[in-house]
Amino acid sequence: MAETKPVERPLSPHIQIYRPQLTSITSILTRITGNALIVAVILVVWWLLSAAVSDASFATANAVMTSWFGDLVMTLSLLGIWYHYLAGLRHLYFDAGHGLEIETAEKLGIACLVGSVVLTVITILIV
Amino acid sequence: MRYLTDRKRAEGKGAAHTGTEHHWYMTVSSVGLAFLVPTFLIVFGSALGGTREEVLATFARPFPAILTALTLLVGMMHFKNGAKMMIEDYWQGTLRKALIMLVVGLSWTIIATGLYALAKIAL
Repeated sequence: MAETKPVERPLSPHIQIYRPQLTSITSILTRITGNALIVAVILVVWWLLSAAVSDASFATANAVMTSWFGDLVMTLSLLGIWYHYLAGLRHLYFDAGHGLEIETAEKLGIACLVGSVVLTVITILIV
Repeated sequence: MRYLTDRKRAEGKGAAHTGTEHHWYMTVSSVGLAFLVPTFLIVFGSALGGTREEVLATFARPFPAILTALTLLVGMMHFKNGAKMMIEDYWQGTLRKALIMLVVGLSWTIIATGLYALAKIAL
């Protein structure tokens, strides 16, 4: 049964000819957002360390964090974190064996995309 | 006649050479982060933009300090395993090993730095 016979298998998916689908796009976005969040983590830890160390270093880190560049990175990261959050919940739901029918999976994908924008706006308004 | 069982021959043949504990760790940490992250976003979002005194006062309090330490630790371990999974999918051989080591080192450096900052502020 598990005898190892070398078989010529097609490599899948051929990314160049693979039609983008909502399910595949929302899947890869989970990976991209999750890994991209490292940029925000490094900035936040640097900011926290600078606050712990001295007035001068905090002035520098705080200036970066509250500049237009800091605002841009933080806002995009907020969108990324909420997207990754909702996609993660969707994964837990998938893992429990639910929502795997194509229509349901696509609806959940749209929910992740729309929900992340809604949650980002709510967070900016509240905090 | 092979004396090895099918299972024995299949073990360790996956991309990561290990079993399901990685997936289970991601499941457990994701549920933990589902509670930690929204709470942390409120604490951090409120502190960001304040003066140094305000920031120090916030993270000197027990709840924000413990919450931040937990979010940092669980978040970075979740990142370490997630990034490792991505590296195993896209790279092979020595480069794969080097990148995994880089991610492990980066994750622990960020944890150590963050915990040092929190300890200095809170204690």
